[in-house]
Amino acid sequence: MEILVASAIGILTAAGIYLVLRLRTFPVILGISLLTYAVNVFLFASGRLAVGAPPILRDGVEVYADPLPQALVLTAIVISFGMTAVVVMIGLGAFLGSDTDRVDDPAEDAS
Amino acid sequence: MSHWIILPIVLPAMLAPFIVLAARYHIGIQRVFSVAGILAQIALAIGLAWQAADGTVTLYQLGDWAAPFGIVVVADRLSTVMILLTSVLALFVLLYAIGSRWDERGRHFHALYQFQIMGIMGAFLTGDLFNLFVFFEVLLIASYGLMIHSGGNERLRAGVQYVLFNLIGSTLFLFALGSIYAETGTLNMADLANRVDLIGEEATVGIRVASVLLIMVFAIKAALVPLHFWLPSSYAEAPAPVAALFAIMTKVGAYAIIRVYTMVFPPELEATAGLHGLWLLPAALVSLALGAIGVLAAKKLDRLVAFSVISSMGMVMVSIAMFTQASITAALYYIVHSTFAAAALFLITDLARAGRRDLALTPQPVIAGATRTAGLFFIAAIAMTGLPPLSGFVGKLLILDAGFATDMATWIWAVILISSLVSVVGFARAGSVVFWKAQSIDPIDVEEGVDMTPPSALAYTAVGGLVAMLVAHTVLAGHTSGYADKIAAQLFAPDAYMSVVLDTPGKLSDGSYEDGEEY
Repeated sequence: MEILVASAIGILTAAGIYLVLRLRTFPVILGISLLTYAVNVFLFASGRLAVGAPPILRDGVEVYADPLPQALVLTAIVISFGMTAVVVMIGLGAFLGSDTDRVDDPAEDAS
Repeated sequence: MSHWIILPIVLPAMLAPFIVLAARYHIGIQRVFSVAGILAQIALAIGLAWQAADGTVTLYQLGDWAAPFGIVVVADRLSTVMILLTSVLALFVLLYAIGSRWDERGRHFHALYQFQIMGIMGAFLTGDLFNLFVFFEVLLIASYGLMIHSGGNERLRAGVQYVLFNLIGSTLFLFALGSIYAETGTLNMADLANRVDLIGEEATVGIRVASVLLIMVFAIKAALVPLHFWLPSSYAEAPAPVAALFAIMTKVGAYAIIRVYTMVFPPELEATAGLHGLWLLPAALVSLALGAIGVLAAKKLDRLVAFSVISSMGMVMVSIAMFTQASITAALYYIVHSTFAAAALFLITDLARAGRRDLALTPQPVIAGATRTAGLFFIAAIAMTGLPPLSGFVGKLLILDAGFATDMATWIWAVILISSLVSVVGFARAGSVVFWKAQSIDPIDVEEGVDMTPPSALAYTAVGGLVAMLVAHTVLAGHTSGYADKIAAQLFAPDAYMSVVLDTPGKLSDGSYEDGEEY
């Protein structure tokens, strides 16, 4: 399972970084979404991988999963979801206003 | 347990929704509440700074849960000075936004402004790394709204870049936090400091990666070269009062570096020894130089000011990167100076817009209110470039003096002095083109839809207030740098902070209030 999770994080991150380096808004936003998925899984794995172990205290249970990363992941998911929505709206506004969805500066103002 | 410490976060958090919900269509009422909120914020900040001045570290446990499992808010000398700096800056910038009617050019300016203040205050007060992330997000999401306030294609495009860059920064921050948690099992800064210290020599790989990732995140916020690319166009395109408020945002990055890298990863820590100095100081020197070159090369006044911010952040980071008590003292003195100087310059740039077609550095007819604007620009430029007699000069002297103690002293002296000269030339050229050469141009094309209304008295008062702060920071330099030295002393003896955070009893994980010692 470790290999599966590690390679999933690696592939998501690699794809995300590749897309983030594109010039147009849409692939960049997709890339950022992939990066946030990768980081969510990464955070989840930071509490060690445990199968079938409860995250809250119970009588008669010896092995627990770490509950904190789960709380962190929830926060991170909410924040990244909201942020993606914001960037989609701003990107859409910029595209509708200027008819181009390039993210770099036009050549003449790069002073 | 004093509840006052949480108020700088709670007050704007309550005020902002109130402004949105109750005062949505009444700009007058919004203004009254917004200004009243910031005034209350200043009073709170003064009270907290007073409380922390004798070296007391005050702790607030949210929900009464004991650290490290509960979330804590901590007020020591450094945090209280930073919140005082933020609230004073926020007052003048807010007055300018009202005086120049920027707040009417889009909706929800005041609500977003309060949320922005909430995020900044939270980032300065929190004692927990994950909460630092959360407050970074709060201040960023408010800044996205403020950045594109009143719209326009250029601004939206710059806004997209700004948001995307910061989203990548946030993702990196989460990666850093994940690695830190995986290595140590805690995110409370005081607890983290203890546990990082215990990591054996053979297992330092993970924590070294985490520490470098984390400093990279803070370097993005502090606009350190090569992570500065988001700054010039977003600061130049943002509405002037917003850009002026953003002057404190780069300092949030500097603050986070000072806090985390004096307590959690101090310079003498074996696991990460030599890891940051190796490239932090060179990167800071390059920022300083590149900012100065940008000032000289800029073709527009707003970009020039944005590059001067990069340069001054480079100066702050040079000083921080030396990590001695004297250098942190100098950095703190310079942070206060550079916040006011940058904010004043962004507002003056906006004043210079009155009657000009654009902010290009070309001779154009005399602007409305030219004498006052030019005078203020002259003073603020002197401060920013670090010429005597203003606080930039004092701060630079402190940094140069601290530089003696390192083996990079030659480099530090050379880069600081040469880049100051380059900045002086850049600002002198900009000032003479914008304000001086204007006198020799016939005011023929004034009627071409250019608004010649002079800026309001309130706008001038606000900028004057910022400049007065710079003067006060110079006149009282003995006191302010003396206090900065006390702050640095507290930072280099973090045991008091850590024992307050970790030893204060609170509710335990089984809900009891028993003595925490045996747990």
